[in-house]
Amino acid sequence: MAEAMKMRAQMDGDVADVKVLIKHPMDTGTMKDKKTDKLIPAHFINQVVATLNGKTVLDAQWGVGIAQNPFIGFRVKGGKPGDKIVVNAVDNLGAKFDGEVVIA
Amino acid sequence: MKQKLTTLLALLLIGASFSVLASPEADRKALIKQYKQDFPGIKFENYIYGALAMNPDAKSQYDSFMDFPSYSIDLEKGKSMWETPFKNGKRFSSCFPKGGKNVAGNYPYFDNAANRVVTFENAINACLKKNGEAELKYADKEMGLLTAYARSLSDGMKVSVKVKGKGALAAYEKGKQYYETRNGQLNFSCKSCHVQNAGKFIRSDQLSMMIGQASHWPEFRGGTDVVTLQGRFNQCEKNVRAKPKDANSEEYNNLEYYLTYMSNGLPMQTPVFRK
Repeated sequence: MAEAMKMRAQMDGDVADVKVLIKHPMDTGTMKDKKTDKLIPAHFINQVVATLNGKTVLDAQWGVGIAQNPFIGFRVKGGKPGDKIVVNAVDNLGAKFDGEVVIA
Repeated sequence: MKQKLTTLLALLLIGASFSVLASPEADRKALIKQYKQDFPGIKFENYIYGALAMNPDAKSQYDSFMDFPSYSIDLEKGKSMWETPFKNGKRFSSCFPKGGKNVAGNYPYFDNAANRVVTFENAINACLKKNGEAELKYADKEMGLLTAYARSLSDGMKVSVKVKGKGALAAYEKGKQYYETRNGQLNFSCKSCHVQNAGKFIRSDQLSMMIGQASHWPEFRGGTDVVTLQGRFNQCEKNVRAKPKDANSEEYNNLEYYLTYMSNGLPMQTPVFRK
């Protein structure tokens, strides 16, 4: 689901500044639906992996404490213009979200 | 001698009553002059940033947010609402000149036939009604997302609200009166904060100037919470412990008319982030 992720990567001095926005409800499993009064089942991203030209540069385990439509920003040393950054995210229901961007 | 004095007094009174009935353009010029004295370091075109223009640190945070705004996902919903055809096959763009591009700066305008102020949101709902669709609720999230996209088509256009004719002037004066009337338990008017005390701190926040306040709506407060201009009036009135009026009420439409007129000549930018 490439549309679920927006990415941008720019050089800032000698590090690459990467910004990622993922479209996701991030339901905690403790909130109730106002209309039906039933619990909304937990549905959140629990793993995010970022790679620079295939080499892992970030590996994050997430929980329910992250807001809807999460935003991640990180800076990568050793990135050069033209390098490819790929971000893969997996949620607790097994859905995968992928995005890639070329450093500008 | 006595007669001369009376004539002089009468002339003075006439003069005074003329200055009370100043034209909208004179009001705007006087306000710009006042802000120029209050904020000698802020350029006119930077008034659109409001309190951010007074605080370089806050402005740099704003810039980095606007560089890659997190509301862009929400905005896509507004875009699809704007572009989805109605049941009869027409789209929103059929209701506006130039397909909706560079028109939002002309709103709100005064409709002489209906003898009322027409806001951009009114025009959206009129379009829905004309095409047999259900109207949207004013100051609601859906209306916010839709107008956030629809107004973004007019980015860069100068705000150009016109006050022409007797009815228009009356609506303008009513809006002005509402702006200047003290209200609520804390007994503030809009003017007490944004004209008389602009730039001062209210708790930890600086008060924005009135000019430029109307050029960038709806905005995403906190980055994700879409708020329309009239929704913001509502929040403001709650803050001064007043009973807010309904969105699309005559009072708010007139207020929007007056407030937007004061931003004339400034470039539109929609949507924006505010904390």
